[in-house]
Amino acid sequence: MDGTPARIPVALPLDRAVAKRLRAGDLVSLTGVVYTARDAAHRRLVEGLDRGEAPPFPIDGQTIYYVGPCPAPPGRPVGSAGPTTSGRMDRYAPRLLRLGLVGMIGKGKRSEEVRQAVVEAGAVYFGATGGAGALIAACVASAEVVAYEDLGTEAVRRLVVKDFPAVVLIDAEGSDLYGIGRERYRRDR
Amino acid sequence: MREIDVGIVRRTVARLCIEANTVLPDDVRAALAAAAETEESPYGRAVLAELVENADLARRTGMAMCQDTGMAVVFLTVGQDVRFTGGSLAEAVDAGVADGYREGFLRASVVSDPLLRTNTGDNTPAVLHVEIVPGDRAEVVVAPKGFGSENMSALRLLSPSEGVEGVKRFVLDTVSAAGPNPCPPVVIGIGLGGTMEKAALLAKRALLQPVGSRNPAPHLAALEAELLEAVNRLGIGPAGLGGRTTALALRIEAYPTHIASLPVALNMGCHATRHAAATL
Repeated sequence: MDGTPARIPVALPLDRAVAKRLRAGDLVSLTGVVYTARDAAHRRLVEGLDRGEAPPFPIDGQTIYYVGPCPAPPGRPVGSAGPTTSGRMDRYAPRLLRLGLVGMIGKGKRSEEVRQAVVEAGAVYFGATGGAGALIAACVASAEVVAYEDLGTEAVRRLVVKDFPAVVLIDAEGSDLYGIGRERYRRDR
Repeated sequence: MREIDVGIVRRTVARLCIEANTVLPDDVRAALAAAAETEESPYGRAVLAELVENADLARRTGMAMCQDTGMAVVFLTVGQDVRFTGGSLAEAVDAGVADGYREGFLRASVVSDPLLRTNTGDNTPAVLHVEIVPGDRAEVVVAPKGFGSENMSALRLLSPSEGVEGVKRFVLDTVSAAGPNPCPPVVIGIGLGGTMEKAALLAKRALLQPVGSRNPAPHLAALEAELLEAVNRLGIGPAGLGGRTTALALRIEAYPTHIASLPVALNMGCHATRHAAATL
């Protein structure tokens, strides 16, 4: 791709030193373990934390993928599995980052509170291409429900992914690709 | 009087749910492929190429192109000389949605109560719009609506004095505020006029129009072209990573309105502005 840097292979769980080196705009290829969680799972997780319960899946050092996949067709670990809008998880994310969460994968804008929490945690917010659910499903090698099975698509799943294409949207220094990219191409002033 | 068994409606709705979620309409695919050639941003070109590849993979494998297989919006345009037999029409539509989502491995994304939020498990009920027209045919359109884009939609009841400038400002402010969230490149439906709910329905119907088509009224066609160009100057670009392709299409549907108001609704559609139709 002319003008586009090559994809950087990144192993998951994310090494903290690697997380700090990644920069907004880096194209990456993620391989390893992610945990899926979206609206209902975040709410239930944080309600549990409020009651002093331990999280039902590991958070420290891990990466959460904001996704609710389609049911798995025969012979496949998951159905279509693209990212959902991350902003709805903004009220929960800073707390999880303080518990050691080091990576988030989703799409769309984050709040200023999340951006600051990413910096404080030395974490990374990755973007996956919204709407590319079939392509991303092809990168999922296995899927296993690990918590909140009753939530259906919103249950927490442990996915093993291989060569999952993503881009660094917010890096550990707080740079935000959405802001940078839009400024470069806007012609409305 | 022509009789149509509701079992046919059920089977048709089921088939269209699967088709709409796995086959990107040709006009949308062509628009994505064309934009992949002209987009200035390298990130944007990469995203557009991914979306074309994704659509082709979905069509080939029968996997949904997007995991948000939507809430099923069903438009039934029924000739007044049609009589439905064999049961409830609305129940047949819902049964068709349940069949289609189960058979197509499509996601159940509907909760039974907006506050209590328990998943209904089969993506029912549909949002059903029925219109009665002359004739003895029935047209079924299934338009599964994803909510990444639906959530970025908006409605305003402008004052007539705000005029076309008020409409333009509303559209650009809404698209600008949405930024990357609705999975650009987007398809934008605008409803002008009517009442509050009529404007929203016009905007939804505008999303069903073919990419590149224009409103037959010259002043609305000109406004569509002007607004599409203005939206594409915002710099949001494919996936919001910056670029020139923020919207693939923008369509306006209009209706007479009250002397006191200028209703305007914007329904945001993602690149997968899916719909499939059949005539019974």
